[in-house]
Amino acid sequence: VLTAEDKKLIQQTWGKLGGAEEEIGAEALWRMFHSYPPTKTYFPHFDLTQGSDQIRGHGKKVVAALGNAIKNLDNLSQALSELSNLHAYNLRVDPARFSLQFLSQCLQVTLATRLGKEYSPEVHSAVDKFMSAVAAVLAEKYR
Amino acid sequence: MVHWTAEEKQLIASVWGKVSVEECGAEALARLLIVYPWTQRFFDNFGNLSSPTAIIGNPKVRAHGKKVLTSFGEAIKNLDNLKGTYSKLSELHCEKLHVDPENFRLLGDILVVVLAAHFGKDFSPACQATWQKLVGVVAHALAHKYH
Repeated sequence: VLTAEDKKLIQQTWGKLGGAEEEIGAEALWRMFHSYPPTKTYFPHFDLTQGSDQIRGHGKKVVAALGNAIKNLDNLSQALSELSNLHAYNLRVDPARFSLQFLSQCLQVTLATRLGKEYSPEVHSAVDKFMSAVAAVLAEKYR
Repeated sequence: MVHWTAEEKQLIASVWGKVSVEECGAEALARLLIVYPWTQRFFDNFGNLSSPTAIIGNPKVRAHGKKVLTSFGEAIKNLDNLKGTYSKLSELHCEKLHVDPENFRLLGDILVVVLAAHFGKDFSPACQATWQKLVGVVAHALAHKYH
């Protein structure tokens, strides 16, 4: 459960990204494709070379969705409802929790490389909880 | 047997060479207990684990973290025989400690995040990929003797 403190930390951390959100999204995706090659199977229609427009574009989308979720931490289910439908009925990323864990890990590594010591244990915990909550909502309608 | 390219071995060695086993081990274990509080179930006799500050300052956590990462160092010296290297430890974690192997994966991921925070941009995607592979293989070797 996201505590009030967690929510504060998440919002503060997101605030520190200072406009680099797109880059961060693209980097997280690239790291994910590199560390977990099976995740590429969901993108056969993409140019998956480093720095590709499609990776940048998709990274931007993902980060925008996360940014929106962060503005609606008290009602993630509703904020992510459309995406939840999409993942359940169209994308069917499977196993949902598993693959979304890979994205979560790579997003956290990306944030940690940029924030260094500021990616404290408390921030780490809050972000991990947030990503778990997002994954759970996205997987809600799978069956 | 796991195959390691020359590049992977180089990425592992160059990161490991700059790591303080004591600091890094303490940090990784503390974060495991903070980020995944249910892992505290294995450390009832460690004393005060009531808050992140308590956990980070806890001398038993620090000492045990160092032990764990020192053992990791052994793996790095024996990349071509991880199962053999961890055979006894695997039996120990199964038969005496009763640790669900899922916890090895959790600690591995935490270690990668700790390295990322420490090395910043130098912790490139290629570096992360190699280390994710390493922690995965170590976790697998530790789980190998479970029955």
